[in-house]
Amino acid sequence: MALLRVEKMSHEFGGLRAVNNYSLEIEKGQIRGLIGPNGAGKTTIFNLITGIYKPTEGEIYLEGKKITGLPPNQIASHGLGRTFQNMQLWRHMSVLEHVKMARYSRITYGLFGAFFGTAKRQREEEEIEEMAYSLLKMVGIAHLAGQIILNLPYGAQRRVEIARALATEPKVLFLDEPTAGMNPEELIQMMEIVRKVHKNLGLAIFLIEHRLKVVMELCEIIQTLNFGQVIAEGTPEEIQNDPKVIDAYLGKGTVI
Amino acid sequence: MNEEYGKIIGITHSIKRKARSLFSEVPLLGWLFGMLIAVILERYVGEALAESLGLSKIPMLFGVVMMLKNPLMIPSTVLYLFTIFVLPISVVARLISGPANRVAAKLLDLPILISVIIHIGLLYAVLYLWSEASAYRVLTLKLTLIAVILTLSLNVVNGYMGEFSCSHPGFMALGAYAASVFTVVLFVDDKLFGHALLPAALAPFMFPIALIIGGIVAAFGALVIAIPSFRTRGDYLAIISLAFMFIVKSMIENLEVVGGPRGLSSQPDLASLPTVFIWTVACIWVTNNFVRSTMGKALNAVRDDEVAANAMTVNTRRTKITAFLFAAFWAGVAGGLFAHVLRYVNPGTFGLQKLAEVLAMVYFGGLNSVYGSIVGGVSLSMLGEALRPLEIFKWIIIPLLLILIMIYRPTGLVAFKEFNVGKLVMPKNKSDQRKSDGAASG
Ligand SMILES: Nc1ncnc2c1ncn2[C@@H]1O[C@H](COP(=O)(O)OP(=O)(O)OP(=O)(O)O)[C@@H](O)[C@H]1O
Ligand SMILES: [Mg+2]
Repeated sequence: MALLRVEKMSHEFGGLRAVNNYSLEIEKGQIRGLIGPNGAGKTTIFNLITGIYKPTEGEIYLEGKKITGLPPNQIASHGLGRTFQNMQLWRHMSVLEHVKMARYSRITYGLFGAFFGTAKRQREEEEIEEMAYSLLKMVGIAHLAGQIILNLPYGAQRRVEIARALATEPKVLFLDEPTAGMNPEELIQMMEIVRKVHKNLGLAIFLIEHRLKVVMELCEIIQTLNFGQVIAEGTPEEIQNDPKVIDAYLGKGTVI
Repeated sequence: MNEEYGKIIGITHSIKRKARSLFSEVPLLGWLFGMLIAVILERYVGEALAESLGLSKIPMLFGVVMMLKNPLMIPSTVLYLFTIFVLPISVVARLISGPANRVAAKLLDLPILISVIIHIGLLYAVLYLWSEASAYRVLTLKLTLIAVILTLSLNVVNGYMGEFSCSHPGFMALGAYAASVFTVVLFVDDKLFGHALLPAALAPFMFPIALIIGGIVAAFGALVIAIPSFRTRGDYLAIISLAFMFIVKSMIENLEVVGGPRGLSSQPDLASLPTVFIWTVACIWVTNNFVRSTMGKALNAVRDDEVAANAMTVNTRRTKITAFLFAAFWAGVAGGLFAHVLRYVNPGTFGLQKLAEVLAMVYFGGLNSVYGSIVGGVSLSMLGEALRPLEIFKWIIIPLLLILIMIYRPTGLVAFKEFNVGKLVMPKNKSDQRKSDGAASG
């Protein structure tokens, strides 16, 4: 049984059919890629699976359980963690607080603990903090833990997003263009982080990328999307040589 | 001209730096002790000094009223303030800083709670001795403490959560009336509610229950607002909460059982200074606990990016409703205290003017900050009281001040600053700090 299965999902914005009859199967530990020209509907697919939008049609299953239509926070606690294309961080909070926050649904000290600062809360907050530190170490920004987001360079902010998503203990990690706007050096570092996270935590990764070099290197299977529709699916080699992909995507002058 | 200006700036800077280095090692304990000496001094020599300076009586609220009424009195008032407060506090604080640091360090060997209680006890002693000079000071102090509760609780919604709520006077009214009805029915022979049901001796023990009932009634009111307002995204809260405030006010005006527009009086005298003080401390403590926990930080996450908060497993709707009810609860408690301090309430009190006051305190003091709310609540209610002789001009000066703050510090005086009690009670010199290191990290 696939870890995450999407069946014939479609979505309309007003009259625009942004996603059409989309299906997906991700196995445990797999790295999958999703490519396609601007406006193809990639981010919309992420938003649909993670519950930000409700699909007009179709079903989504995580480990066989239907999660279609659940609110995003529940889907996230079921095991779908994500980052955002344009980074959605909390501008007044510190790096450490970001990562701790993603443990929200696992907090058991409750309002009583929050109001009265019980020993249980103290203990739990310390545990969360320890875990947050280990994740920050994994993505290489433990030394920035106390910094406010606004003071961080761009690359570090991207890493905060990944560490934060990891703190939700995802079974599938959704990365929406994690290398957008990065220089070649940062790009290589980011690829290393993705590999490391994948190896250390053994989770499945679903990756949206504009730069083909990245998807080709990281992913086992790649889907190509155009106008909300999958036009090709296969291994990097297959995708690279698929005339439809070349036509829809590469033909438009994108640099490989 | 420019050169001279530069020179003056240079001098003030160096004075500032000197003053800072002179007092940088004074711990909170030292300051509190200095204040204690000052208020004791005033108690024993205040009157004599005032007389010898040609003042009719000791200045009640730091002499602002005296100075405004009669500008000729400014020199003697300033001299009085300097002799009784500024000089003793700074000298004592400076002299005692060594031993105070050692005591502060020693205290931290014990559980931090003990150190905190001792600090709070000292603060209470200072306030008590200061206020004993007149009933006016007691009243002002109580109302100031209540203002701190109101400001802090509104800051949870408007600052920490970043929504704009206007219903605080409404919650206050609900709390005030609920608590008043409770105590009047139980302990007072009253025209409206008949004979007392319980002996008056029990009243002080039941007063906390009255306040909690007031808080709970206010929280129920908040639920009425929260359910429609937090269902969907969008800025409905400001409008719905404003409407709620007016509805509560006119509802009470039309409720003859509680006196209608004439108001409700004869509340028993239960809101003594220690009671109000303890409730204020409790509010600060609980709120500070809340906003520093990860659950409380969720408010910030919701404010800064709700979609991201949701995607990181935060139940944003529950978070918002909880915070809103929490804030309403404390506004209700504040209302209950308020009613029993004045021992009279009428619906007219809980209108737009009250709203403007509380909002001003929140935004003046600083958003997202417990410090800020204390500063805002204390400074604006003291200022409001002190500027009373100016009458109508008061309502020009205070808004002007607010506008200046909004221009130069758009988020308020001490916004986004954590209120870290552990740091606050720490010794302030290096060697004692090191000794007690780790003990104060809580
Ligand atoms: N909330 C929305 N309301 C209306 N239309 C939307 C909305 N979100 C996306 N769209 C439209 O849906 C289409 C797909 O958008 P989407 O953001 O999913 O593309 P994408 O593949 O992620 O593109 P990019 O590579 O630029 O990120 C676009 O035409 C976009 O304008
Ligand atoms: Mg996109």
